Amino acid sequence: MKTLLALDREQMRTDIPQFKSGDTVKVHVRIREGDKERIQVFQGVVIRKRKGTVNSTFTVRKISYGVGVERIFPLHSPLIDKIEVVSRGRVRRSRLYYLRKLRGKAARIRELRPRPK
Amino acid sequence: MVNALIGKKLGTSQLFSPEGDVTPVTVIQAGPCTITQIKSLESDGYYAVQLGFGEKRPERSNKPLLGHFKNSGKGPFAVLREVRVPDVNDFELGQEIGADIFQVGELVHVVGTSKGKGFAGTIKRWNFSRGPMSHGSMNKRPPGSIGCSASPARVIKGRKMPGQMGNRRVTVKGLKVVDIRPDENLILIKGAVPGGRNGMVVIKKSGKF
Repeated sequence: MKTLLALDREQMRTDIPQFKSGDTVKVHVRIREGDKERIQVFQGVVIRKRKGTVNSTFTVRKISYGVGVERIFPLHSPLIDKIEVVSRGRVRRSRLYYLRKLRGKAARIRELRPRPK
Repeated sequence: MVNALIGKKLGTSQLFSPEGDVTPVTVIQAGPCTITQIKSLESDGYYAVQLGFGEKRPERSNKPLLGHFKNSGKGPFAVLREVRVPDVNDFELGQEIGADIFQVGELVHVVGTSKGKGFAGTIKRWNFSRGPMSHGSMNKRPPGSIGCSASPARVIKGRKMPGQMGNRRVTVKGLKVVDIRPDENLILIKGAVPGGRNGMVVIKKSGKF
């Protein structure tokens, strides 16, 4: 088991910032078109994080031209150039599937404010 | 050259390619295997080497086996398997064989013992269909008809019926070797391999030999 974990660690990325479900993130994805490579930004709310080692993934949901779009990214994929955390959300559960039923103002997530001392 | 190794399945993982493609892999601790016996045409009628793998406490081994291990000069092994070889001139007792006999990209067969499922019915064991579960159904999971009537007046051999499922020798052919770590004797094979974690497997090179 120990060697297996070590093997997984080789594949894992250390440059990924910490984020949780409810956070709004910008995922910079590398896209290959023929020989050219460009970077596309996918911004949305993290509605799920699957924990694990190399096989962990997260789902980002956004509304694009009135249509809900969800994308599942492998957390340690080399296709991810970088992840930016735009804002931290205050949510009470880890899987935000209820957002799928909500539209507009109702689908907003309150921002997490650091507690005043 | 030996064409097979004994290994221990460590578990499964995945590898990313630079293009972002994921390859599912099984990690196998293959070797070091020690040659514990050499069988030659003169003494046994065929050429083969016996490989030992895995540690075992001496008190868990019986005395005849301990005497057998003494020939190779290495401690008791948990598993012994015989591998056919074209000739035995290159081998000596106690010689260690590691994962470097395989190459990346090579196709291999993997022999293992599948996970035991116990005494299983026809639905689980043979993918039979189920009857309706409600509306007074009395045909929920039974196998149904098992044959004809007065002629032939018997059940044809090979009829799929309930019985022991799993926990038997299974060979998976044509799996690709994705990566090899000779220092740690690890082999990464694409896809699934029979058995659970810590199960013993034999990895053979594909093709005739």
